[in-house]
Amino acid sequence: MTLRRTGATTGRVLRQLRHDPRTVAMLLAVPAVLMGLLAWILHGRDGEFNRFGPPLLGIFPLIVMFLVTSVATLRERTNGTLERLLTMPLAKAEFVMGYALAFGFAAVIQAVVVSGLSFGLFGLHVSGSAWLLVLVAVLDAVLGAALGLSLSALASTEFQAVQFMPAFILPQLLLCGIVIPRSQLPTVLHWLSDILPMSYAVGATQQLGVSTTVTSEFLVDIGVVAVFVAAALLLGTATLRRRTR
Amino acid sequence: MEPAIRIEHLQVNRGGRTVVRDVSFTIPSGTLVGLIGPSGCGKTTLMRSLVGTQIVAGGLVELFGQPSGSPNLRHHVGYVTQAPSVYPDLSVTENLRYFATVLGAPRSAVDRAIDDVGLGRYADTVVGRLSGGEQARVSLATALVGSPQLLVLDEPTVGLDPLLRRDLWALFAGLAQAGSTLIVSSHVMDEAERCQRILLMRDGGILADGSPEALLARTGSTDFDQAFIALIEDPSA
Repeated sequence: MTLRRTGATTGRVLRQLRHDPRTVAMLLAVPAVLMGLLAWILHGRDGEFNRFGPPLLGIFPLIVMFLVTSVATLRERTNGTLERLLTMPLAKAEFVMGYALAFGFAAVIQAVVVSGLSFGLFGLHVSGSAWLLVLVAVLDAVLGAALGLSLSALASTEFQAVQFMPAFILPQLLLCGIVIPRSQLPTVLHWLSDILPMSYAVGATQQLGVSTTVTSEFLVDIGVVAVFVAAALLLGTATLRRRTR
Repeated sequence: MEPAIRIEHLQVNRGGRTVVRDVSFTIPSGTLVGLIGPSGCGKTTLMRSLVGTQIVAGGLVELFGQPSGSPNLRHHVGYVTQAPSVYPDLSVTENLRYFATVLGAPRSAVDRAIDDVGLGRYADTVVGRLSGGEQARVSLATALVGSPQLLVLDEPTVGLDPLLRRDLWALFAGLAQAGSTLIVSSHVMDEAERCQRILLMRDGGILADGSPEALLARTGSTDFDQAFIALIEDPSA
């Protein structure tokens, strides 16, 4: 893997985004508007925003990045550029890492914007470090991008790709501990939630919401999210095929 | 010297159907080859087998003495699909710069490739705003930018005006003269006369293989449509 070709791929993906200012605007505005809406809904209800805010600060960017990335990579498959790139001296890992870095960069900006507004304007308050929450929001957005990259291999049309959101993300949303705490789930569902990435992505934000110190649970949570990111990127690399039927 | 292309008894099945059957031919380096045949005869599948993106059922495909799809060949083979495979949301130059970096080609190759396909005045235009023919030329420039030893071009002249077609064929002939090997597909029989060698394809097989002049002489025809029909009616002609 070379830095030159990975970097060129990252630059190319970001340049494509730059030619599409409406997508960039929505990428930044949608999670921020949703957080503002949540703050408004929970206005005057003592401490509720501080309870639901941190998990959703992780979840909104995760979902947005998942959708954008799965559509972007699917487009690359359907317009023939992926097949062409794979006849060229581009390693599969360079392609996947190029995408991951580009959307990771977008995720950083997105997370900084939404966190900044949540803390500065919507009055979010957490017991732990606000900076760590920003970091977790970035990590969750990168997780969304990595999952989108690997799952888009399973989709052959845009209709399928868009439905991966309700199929793969919504069940995780129900099981991740914001509806009821994971420990109170029926046993089988608790086990299931143990193997789903969003449980950890949300768990880390909940830890920061209630604990003033960095707990070992928090470290485990972000460690597991990082492992899921790496696994999804590896899977995304492994499912690229140079030869097809 | 190793031939640019050596194919022996190639067979490809797609969707339970044999789309390339028992194809064999050898092409020396520096040849401009026309792969001519009607739509659906297996030209694209044969080209995909050449560049190594097609899973084949049997036979041998070698480029410059190496099995097609070898990592070593990726620097030396340029493939242009029938549908333009470039990024519609980037400008012509942005597209070419990206592919040039992937191919390890110098910056100067970008401007040269844009000039070669006659798109100089659209260099900064977003590809999605260009016409279909112009987009096809961007796609062609993307392959030229790496100065490949073998160019595999799937219907590169479809829908272009006659002047531009003439210019592109002149470009192809120039590249062949400089030592590159080109295999260019077309369903327009008349394009056969621009090639040094033609492979006439029908129903997954090679109907005839030779120089355009030899083909006309062999069938006693004055144009390639006639020659094609004569060969179908009497394959031994």
